[in-house]
Amino acid sequence: MESETKAFLSGNEAVARAVRLARPHVIAAYPITPQTTVIERLAEMVEEESLKSEYLHVESEHSALSACIGSSAVGARTFTATSSQGLLYMAECLHYASGGRFPIVMMNANRSVALPWNIYGDQRDSLSLLDCGWIQVYAEDAQESLDLVLQAYAIAEHPEVLTPMMINLDGFVITHTYELVNVPGQREIDLFLPPFNTTNKMDFDSPRSLAFTAGPAYNQAFKQLQHLAMVKASKVIGDVEERFGRLVGRNYPGLIETLYCEDAEYIIVTLGSVAGTIRPVIEKLRSGGERVGLVRIRYMRPFPDAEIRRALAGAAAVGVLEKDISFGFEGTVFTNVSSALMRAQVVPPRLLNFVGGLGGKDISAADIELIFKRLKKSEPGETVEFI
Amino acid sequence: MSCPVRNRSFIPPVALGDYPVGTAFPAGHLVDTNAAWRSIRPVIEATACSNCLICWLLCPDGVIQRHDRGALQIDYDYCKGCGICARECRQKAISMENEGNYGK
Amino acid sequence: MNLSEQRPEHKISIRGLSDREFFYGHKACPGCGGSLALRLALKVLGERSYAVVPAGCMSAVGFIFPQMAFGCNAIISTFPGTASMLSGIAAGARALGIEDFHAVGFAGDGGTADIGLQALSGAIDRHDKIIYICYDNEAYMNTGVQKSGLTPSGARTTTSPAGKRLRGAVTRKKPMFEIVAAHGIDYAATASVGHPLDYLRKLEHARTVEGTSYLHVFAPCPVGWGHETAETIAVAKNAVDCGLWYLAAYEDGKFVLNHNPGEFGSIRDYLFGQNRFRHLQEQDVSDIEAQRDAKWARIRREWSV
Repeated sequence: MESETKAFLSGNEAVARAVRLARPHVIAAYPITPQTTVIERLAEMVEEESLKSEYLHVESEHSALSACIGSSAVGARTFTATSSQGLLYMAECLHYASGGRFPIVMMNANRSVALPWNIYGDQRDSLSLLDCGWIQVYAEDAQESLDLVLQAYAIAEHPEVLTPMMINLDGFVITHTYELVNVPGQREIDLFLPPFNTTNKMDFDSPRSLAFTAGPAYNQAFKQLQHLAMVKASKVIGDVEERFGRLVGRNYPGLIETLYCEDAEYIIVTLGSVAGTIRPVIEKLRSGGERVGLVRIRYMRPFPDAEIRRALAGAAAVGVLEKDISFGFEGTVFTNVSSALMRAQVVPPRLLNFVGGLGGKDISAADIELIFKRLKKSEPGETVEFI
Repeated sequence: MSCPVRNRSFIPPVALGDYPVGTAFPAGHLVDTNAAWRSIRPVIEATACSNCLICWLLCPDGVIQRHDRGALQIDYDYCKGCGICARECRQKAISMENEGNYGK
Repeated sequence: MNLSEQRPEHKISIRGLSDREFFYGHKACPGCGGSLALRLALKVLGERSYAVVPAGCMSAVGFIFPQMAFGCNAIISTFPGTASMLSGIAAGARALGIEDFHAVGFAGDGGTADIGLQALSGAIDRHDKIIYICYDNEAYMNTGVQKSGLTPSGARTTTSPAGKRLRGAVTRKKPMFEIVAAHGIDYAATASVGHPLDYLRKLEHARTVEGTSYLHVFAPCPVGWGHETAETIAVAKNAVDCGLWYLAAYEDGKFVLNHNPGEFGSIRDYLFGQNRFRHLQEQDVSDIEAQRDAKWARIRREWSV
């Protein structure tokens, strides 16, 4: 598109550029590595007045999200960002925001959760909070991160969704790595994102009580409505991507992205930036005649169960590679994928879970080749393997 | 609206579509009363009342209604019978009487 | 300087107060001091208020779907986040071009002095234009009378029982007024439902402050303190008369005492008029008197009287 510009940006800087384009009314965030450069860039933009937002120096992550809920409750568009310890510190507020149907957009820098202390990227923080009622998407690179922030407001603020959304970027790998990024123009984004308008707010023309109590007779209905809105979001995501494609010129494939799944026997399912390590391995193996494929799950909530079933229906063996573990059982992504397959009895002969990358542990091309080898072997083994 | 009012025609939500979106609901919407909490009720003796409005000021529930002319009136739907008004009245114009004397 | 001579620009006439009720039909206990504090505040602040109420008595009794006792806009905040939610509301309204409104919070002991203290500190640090009102009933009353940071020495609560070894709470009230003043807050004041005109004057002043205001209102709780429901106002007045609570203000770096009792009322009468203190022994009462005397010696030495 004409007013798009190219810039050499880190994932965090790309997020900051997108936030500026989205014109939030209020930004409230507390610094935590590796999110810091997002809010530092935003502070610079506010200082130089290229971004006209209220910028609150809150004293904790819990206060950051509480403040955003307050702003959203008067009808303002808001943004916050955090990571690991901070995401967990605001955990009660995550439920509060989703239950209150406040369409807050948050970027989360995926980072390992203490103990031990570790500032590097894994996905235990956000994956341990899949049940909090937020839409959760996982980016692969800086470009996707930028575009997701813009799409997030359109998805979250949709009147049939009204659900907050979390955009996950792998810590350091995406947040701090630089790449060439296309930054859309303000004109296109103003067309794409109309001003935020809702009746779910306090209003002097129509005073309301918000965030109230609902007892046993009524509570479950509110929760069911929340669930249904999240399910509805699946369709809205597709519509938003389609509009984004028309206005900005970049297309996205929906809740999951697939590579060669139409004929693949051995498929790896994963999230986020590690897909970038997997792609060249797949090309290499396929040039040798091996039928391998990839499913990159973008949205973990709402969960793309139908899309997963379609992608994996013909596979002989599937390996879910993830950067988390639910101690005492298996990885959470594996649990979600298995359930999606089981409920329609679409079960590949072998379904394995590979846990790696914890605390920023490197996953190499050799590791990926090893996973494909495991998938090809026919002996039984441990379902959960740490790589 | 000068005061939250009781919505006597309120029908509790049944189907999902009856529920409000988000946890948001009109302000000042009352469904039930607090009258049943009382075992004693304040009664104002109009001739003894000097209209100083201290009782109106100090009622935690705001149920004493003042009018520019005429006596103070008590909204017995929402009076809980705490007795603060009677205790604080300088003229001793308010007495706390047995609720049983007033039937239902 | 007596109460009625202070701040002539905020002279309060009861008759001049609004008739409108913004907190009505709520489920607070009969005689609840906190509900009176909230009701009077909203009368002064008016319909263009965003009321923020954390977990505690006032939210528990005012927002039970479908019974909404607040007549103005109101929201329950996260328990620790009253002040940050207030900041967010003020910032959001400002960004949206909404003018001429009050963002006012009503928090109890916990929401102010304990779990909510961090957020309050942050809001004061930012000088956000909000009014933070603490209704102090000296324990976590909503959850059943547990000890809080504002529970006074010797008070019996469910987590500081009065037994053979320990006779009620062994710690003192956190000096919240002094804590917020130490932040250099724009305006802070202590008040009591037993001195309503003083409280109303302070509310009127808070309306005008271009920054952060903090009002700490002493609000007896008949259930938790163990006194008759009709005695709430009298108990609050007695607390000030015997020096266990004080009416003061802080602004522009200066502390001002609004009410200086000539001779203190009976501390013994105050304490033994409430079940929560009935177990105290003579030594305990002497200790409490000594604490009061030490505090007042410092107040009279350091604050403008």
